[in-house]
Amino acid sequence: MRRLPLTRLRDRYGASPLHLLLVLCSFALALYAGLKLLKGNPIAVALWFVGAALIHDLVLLPLYTLADRALQHLFPTPDSRTPQAGAGRVNYVRIPALVSLLLLVVWYPLILRRVPGYRVTTGLSADSFLGHWLLITAALFAGSGLCLLAGTVRRARGRKPPVHKR
Amino acid sequence: MKAQRPASSRDRLRATLFGSGAPPGPTRPEFWRSPLRGPWLTSVFGLVLLFGIPVMFVTGLLSYAAYNPDLAAVNDQTPDKGWLGFYLFSWPTDPSWLYRLNQGVHVTLGVVLVPVLLAKLWSVIPKLFSWPPIRSVAHALERLSLLLLVGGALFEFVTGLLNVQLHYVFPGSFYTLHLYGAWVFIGAFAVHIAFRVPVMVRALRSRRLRTELRVPASATGPEPLDGTGLVSPRPAPATMSRRAALGTVGLGSLVLFAVTAGQSIGGSLRRTALLAPHGQEPGKGPNGFQINKTAAAVGIRPADIGPQWRLVVRGPGYENTLTRAQVLALPQHEAALPIACVEGWSTDDQHWAGVRLRDLALMAGFRGPAPEVFVESVERGGSFGSTVLRANQVRDPRSLLALRVNGADLSPDHGYPARIIVPANPGVHNTKWVTRLTFGASS
Repeated sequence: MRRLPLTRLRDRYGASPLHLLLVLCSFALALYAGLKLLKGNPIAVALWFVGAALIHDLVLLPLYTLADRALQHLFPTPDSRTPQAGAGRVNYVRIPALVSLLLLVVWYPLILRRVPGYRVTTGLSADSFLGHWLLITAALFAGSGLCLLAGTVRRARGRKPPVHKR
Repeated sequence: MKAQRPASSRDRLRATLFGSGAPPGPTRPEFWRSPLRGPWLTSVFGLVLLFGIPVMFVTGLLSYAAYNPDLAAVNDQTPDKGWLGFYLFSWPTDPSWLYRLNQGVHVTLGVVLVPVLLAKLWSVIPKLFSWPPIRSVAHALERLSLLLLVGGALFEFVTGLLNVQLHYVFPGSFYTLHLYGAWVFIGAFAVHIAFRVPVMVRALRSRRLRTELRVPASATGPEPLDGTGLVSPRPAPATMSRRAALGTVGLGSLVLFAVTAGQSIGGSLRRTALLAPHGQEPGKGPNGFQINKTAAAVGIRPADIGPQWRLVVRGPGYENTLTRAQVLALPQHEAALPIACVEGWSTDDQHWAGVRLRDLALMAGFRGPAPEVFVESVERGGSFGSTVLRANQVRDPRSLLALRVNGADLSPDHGYPARIIVPANPGVHNTKWVTRLTFGASS
């Protein structure tokens, strides 16, 4: 009989009471810190916070998914029954492109020269970042090209009929 | 949690509930085609973050403590902190590379975790659109908590990455946003851990990493359909193995590490930090090491630091005004100490020479243990024109009012005529262009 109210809570609430306690505890802390966070410029900060939550899921993800679909259209993955015929060729473009874009996403203010005060503040030149990024990107694609070449050679050798058969 | 049912009856249940109920598009589970998505893959990324995020949080809190914000109002960039400063303590001066290490880890790890965080978000995307959007009160609260979790995580990463690149486009002071944002985030993170760790452990045990890493793309299939909502019921053929997916994320982290870490390691490795803000040296010679803010950036005029410059040393009932020659005539001492910035970059030990702060405290009338000191710069405006150093910092024999570095006079960008250098002190508290030292005062 003693467990009955808890069971009823679980049925109506949808989870255990411990769930409710933990969530409420975290919300109280979030509210305590959140009120301080929002002080000063509440609307802009709230927009940044919610925007941060959605920027990947609603902006970046659709963009890179579409780009990836386009890439796969150019290099279609062969039927799974014939996996040898260049399976995963698309990855030789996909992976270096992804790493290059990742570098751009992380360091874009410097790469795209969005920081007007950089030079006067640090005494350093702001001109090198774009060039570095392009060279790294070139190196990534070159490295991937070498991997593709090595893979092709290896597959070609593997496909040769074995000469010395035991 | 709900009882596990056999997959088949569960599928039928899903089809009845979701297939007809959910509007066409991303709310339908079959919209998501990747065969790689599933609790195992999500859990691998989750495991990395489970260890990485607490390190970020703790190093962040330590960095705040390093400013000694409880000592004086001028040290505190977040005076509204309330109980969030409960843990503050007097920041030590040993080892002298403590702040260097702390911030190097905080910033470099943050950069390195970006691909893992993005991959984790990619892997759980079907959950964002799960249908119905709200199943129960518990589900509604959990989704709100996830908003705080995901919003908080990205808010922290974005403000951090923008700040280290001096791209101050965020709406307010970095210190306020980053500190309070971290506290909003961490509660949701703890709740997420509490609810998800059992699921994560079960998923990680469902397949062995070593075995999984041997599976080629051609043999890669989806994880078994389960109640997590992550596995696609209509998977496309795999274009990539799980090994390749994990490898790509790992490669992303590795490349980010390679083009970033050099700015914290310094020496000849600095040049390897090809995309990091402090990957180049500003010049050659004794003063050719990293500058946080140049004299021009904070409005230092030649007259401020010319022959008219004076150092005022004050104590209770004592005031002495000295020229630079007079300061140079005081006993000079040397200390090898790094400069380490909150932005994560740092320098190797530089060889500083100047007057010990505790000798100046003695001059100001403190015959016993030296007290704290209020340091003022000729800097105009800015958040760090003045600072208070704690007694333990003043008493350290390596803490100097430095006049020279690496055998030469300080350059204007490094704080000529005189600057503070204290072991393990955050860079901005090593005040440059010092003009007044008030011992025994905290403002």
